[in-house]
Amino acid sequence: MTERNRLAWQLLLGANAVVMIFPLLVMLLSATRTNAEIFASPLGLPTGAAFANVVKVWRETNFPLYLANSLVVTMGSTAAILVFGTMAAYALARYVFRGAGLVYLFFVAGLMLPLKLAIIPLFIQLDTLHLLNTRLGLILIYVAIGLPSAVFILTGFLRTLPGELEESARLDGASELTVMLRIMLPLARPALVIAGIQNAVPIWNDFFFPLVILTSDRLKTLPQGLTIFMGEFNTDWGVLFAGLTLAALPITLVYIVLSRQFIAGLTQGAIK
Amino acid sequence: MTAATARRHGVRRGLWILLLLAPGAAVMTLFVVVPVLGAFADAFRSFQGPRPTGWVGFANLRDVIFVAPYAAATWRALWHNVLVFASLMVVQNGLAYLIAFALLKALPGHRVHQVIVFLPVVLSAIVVGILWKELLNPIFGAVNELLALTGIQGPPWLGDASTALGSIIATNAWHWMGFPALIFLAAMQRIPKETLEAARIDGATDRVLMARIIWPLVAPATTIVVILTFIGSFNWFELPYVMTGLDGSPGGATDVLGLLFYRTAFGGVSSGLEDFGHGSALAVLMFIVVAAVSAVALRILRAREIEL
Repeated sequence: MTERNRLAWQLLLGANAVVMIFPLLVMLLSATRTNAEIFASPLGLPTGAAFANVVKVWRETNFPLYLANSLVVTMGSTAAILVFGTMAAYALARYVFRGAGLVYLFFVAGLMLPLKLAIIPLFIQLDTLHLLNTRLGLILIYVAIGLPSAVFILTGFLRTLPGELEESARLDGASELTVMLRIMLPLARPALVIAGIQNAVPIWNDFFFPLVILTSDRLKTLPQGLTIFMGEFNTDWGVLFAGLTLAALPITLVYIVLSRQFIAGLTQGAIK
Repeated sequence: MTAATARRHGVRRGLWILLLLAPGAAVMTLFVVVPVLGAFADAFRSFQGPRPTGWVGFANLRDVIFVAPYAAATWRALWHNVLVFASLMVVQNGLAYLIAFALLKALPGHRVHQVIVFLPVVLSAIVVGILWKELLNPIFGAVNELLALTGIQGPPWLGDASTALGSIIATNAWHWMGFPALIFLAAMQRIPKETLEAARIDGATDRVLMARIIWPLVAPATTIVVILTFIGSFNWFELPYVMTGLDGSPGGATDVLGLLFYRTAFGGVSSGLEDFGHGSALAVLMFIVVAAVSAVALRILRAREIEL
């Protein structure tokens, strides 16, 4: 590689990094400024308004409520996906039984179906079951969307575990449940982390299903709350940007700590 | 072991497997199989509010494809989805390929760059959409402020019919570029070092490497990127929803099938009327387009993949 060539590629990456970071930096800086300051000059250095903006977001809006709702829905859905997904994947990976191939196909076929397009019958069905406008209704939809990928990843991983451990535990008189919980699942932890991230991130960020399913303000999740917020604070950008920053912060921090797992989790399936 | 205990053992084992499969299978049946079958059925029904009132055959589908005023909106939205896909292929995925090649060189800072480039991917489309909506504000936005520094008067990006769709496409490219970039990078890293070295020794420039050597070898990654971009483009909803609204303003310049489907089914800003029949017809149409094009594209793209 010649020096000039190397410099050109380094410049491309540098420019790209600026384009990627700059909008987030503007968001962060604007969150620390008053509305008047932003409108006077959109690009400016931080002033002391950050605290006032954050307090306003926290006290005068439903932001804490939306945040709590998002946490409950994301954790509830992800936990259910991992528990049900692991159970099904364990049966498919560790036992030989008639129809196993078909059952596997049944689960994995869901990978190809965009459930968004079935929102009308889902809506009617949730209405009949009295699950419309409930967190449980939303969680059940997320579990249905998440199970195919979880079963796919976990079955693939559980199949690779050696059978000797299982056999020797059985010979020692351990029950099937003990073998599964004590011997096999602890070994599957890396796959569980990948499957968890792969599901939790899109659920945390989802907007479409809450928009259709949830109408009560007290149930709304963060992305949904932000659109309301955008309307309310359309003229107070300091507060609006503080809200955006606070909304982006939790996932950004977790991402920075676990970036390797995030990238592996979200691109899994796309990379063979 | 006697025959009886062996049989009891077999029954217990069967029950145990059934118990493991049952919760997942139940949720999948109730919330995937039933609604997906229902979605196809609903396209052939008329509705009064959320209640089906009877079968109408192909009337809903005919309306949204051929009959005014539905058809004009359908075709315009479909055309916008096609534009979104084509532009993202060039802008987002083209840039992603370049960035992946740059990252392959393992220049200083390449690991940090991977984390940076993927950061927007983990953010919600709503956060990204609101952020860029404000950045693109004609008077107080950072984009026009920057342009003003160079003496250019920026347009009202999202308010002008000629720049609105392009602005949302650019936002999408910023949001997702890291995803194809890291998929391409992973594929490039799997090419044997010797192959690239040999090409270099033969005097291949970066341009030749990218176009002639690497491009055919990352064909499986390209297949995935094209299919996912296509599905994503035809499911476009969140970004236009927050950036230009449910009506796809200005004047429908940013209307896409996702918005049209939602408006038809659940009511828009101007009309709050639910129309599940025509909404379902649009959903079935979108499903068929995505499934058919993906299947054909998959065949064509798979054919150009070679084994390493």
